[in-house]
Amino acid sequence: MRQSTFNNKFLPYILLLPTMFILVVFLFYPAIETFRLSFFKVHPWTGATRFAGFYNFIKIFSNPEYLHSFVLSAMFAFAVIGLGLFFSLLIAILLNQKIAGIRFYRTFLIWPYALSPAIAGALFNFLFNPANGVLCYFTGYRSWLTDGRTAILVVIIAAVWKNLGYNVIFYLTALRNVPQAALESASIDGAGAIKRFFYITFAFLSPTSFFLFVMNTTYAYFATFGLIDVLTEGGPAGSTRILIYHLYKDFFVHSKTGYAAAESLVLFTLVVGITFLQFQTSEKKVHYQ
Amino acid sequence: MRQTTIKTAGLHLLLILCILIISMPVILALIISTQTEAQVLSYPPGLVPGSNAVHNYVTAWTSVDLGRMMLNSTIIAFGVIIGKISMSLLAAFAFTHFNFKGKKLLFGLVLVTLLLPVPVRIVALFDIIRRLHWIDTYAGLMVPFWASATSIFILIQRFRTVPSELVDASKIDGCTPMQYFFKVLLPLIRSTLGALVVINFIYIWNQYLWPLMATNTKEMRVVQIGIKMLMSTESSNNWGVIMAGVIITMIPPLLIFIVMQESFMKGFALQSEK
Repeated sequence: MRQSTFNNKFLPYILLLPTMFILVVFLFYPAIETFRLSFFKVHPWTGATRFAGFYNFIKIFSNPEYLHSFVLSAMFAFAVIGLGLFFSLLIAILLNQKIAGIRFYRTFLIWPYALSPAIAGALFNFLFNPANGVLCYFTGYRSWLTDGRTAILVVIIAAVWKNLGYNVIFYLTALRNVPQAALESASIDGAGAIKRFFYITFAFLSPTSFFLFVMNTTYAYFATFGLIDVLTEGGPAGSTRILIYHLYKDFFVHSKTGYAAAESLVLFTLVVGITFLQFQTSEKKVHYQ
Repeated sequence: MRQTTIKTAGLHLLLILCILIISMPVILALIISTQTEAQVLSYPPGLVPGSNAVHNYVTAWTSVDLGRMMLNSTIIAFGVIIGKISMSLLAAFAFTHFNFKGKKLLFGLVLVTLLLPVPVRIVALFDIIRRLHWIDTYAGLMVPFWASATSIFILIQRFRTVPSELVDASKIDGCTPMQYFFKVLLPLIRSTLGALVVINFIYIWNQYLWPLMATNTKEMRVVQIGIKMLMSTESSNNWGVIMAGVIITMIPPLLIFIVMQESFMKGFALQSEK
């Protein structure tokens, strides 16, 4: 559909000026400057810079702790996305039934969306604290947060729990937009409920799934910082220190500006890769609409 | 008939079970926030409300000056909402209602910012805020968030659904573009604006990394950092006070979310159609 437009030579530029000003000063300039700094050695106190080529990148990638963090982040994101999308789709399907009181159920199933990662961190810190955590008591295991192998599981559960509401909202909207005619005609052709779900509903949901895949990736990589800072502080012994936490420590605690800038560039490459994937797949979306 | 009744009952049961599992952490927090220290530390954990609610909530409020942090978070949230939504409205209006040179380029610039979340530019952003002497100021916590690709996209999507006959009609009536914007367009998109308020309030209220770096003094800290401070202040695992603090800080975003839920649900999904 073509929108009718106004004719005015200067007005659109004036309208865009505030946004563009903020974009340049607080987004483009800092991004470019961060990337530039990743090729420099930066003095921790004076801030004096000296060109260093790929020194920072070589340094961070020859650090076993960083490599561990790199692999950990990928596995963490994979778990958060997989579990998150699976459970939210299940809940969305339950919520898509025609029964009384569905609005009430919807509200109380999506409300953790309004809670912060830091709050999720505090809640799960309490639930799993070794002294008297309720879930330590019920599982008969006290070392959930003091053993690195299980601490990461607690972080995953907390992260999935916190983002469930967000995912349910999108799946629910998508489920409501699945054309009933397609389901009915499949039913007439003798397809059972399970077949109908996998062949028709699932296909119609795939654009939403891709969108949520991208959003949950950035959530897992970036937004879980507060959760981890409150729940484990990256520990025990670095077992929950994902890339963003590593960057924060290098930059803010250890004043290794050059390393931190290089780590930012690594994260940027990741975001570009995922966004590229989203654009590739959004082509497919057209067929379904 | 009988079979459907059983099916419906089963569905209700399943939904209630899901609600209980999902709400369990917060229900437990509520219970713990009323218990005395002795009750909290009992093992096996006692899961009944205690008698210490008033003391816990007062301690949580006063020990880290939660009131001041709530005020800061509220000011910042509304400062960002007002700046971001007005700027995004103007930008989305420009992109949908005008043809101009460089439109594609400028739109591309907005699009590219999706690749630049805070962590990707945090090193130099921190430096800029420091050079502007904006550390420990509201400006440092608000201004960098005023431009938003997501808000602009949501508004563009919404503007596109407004019938373009309205533009033609207002041109015939001699309306200027800004008269059309304020008198015709804005009143039509109220529920989308409501959704943007909810999304952005929750986003800003719940932010953690940037406020952690951009503030040092107690007076400028925000509620999310307050939770961490409460946990280190109440070192002896005084979970009653900590959980009371957690409950207090989750109330504002929850209230906004529940009160504005209908407009939020309508506008939120526009995001996935960008």
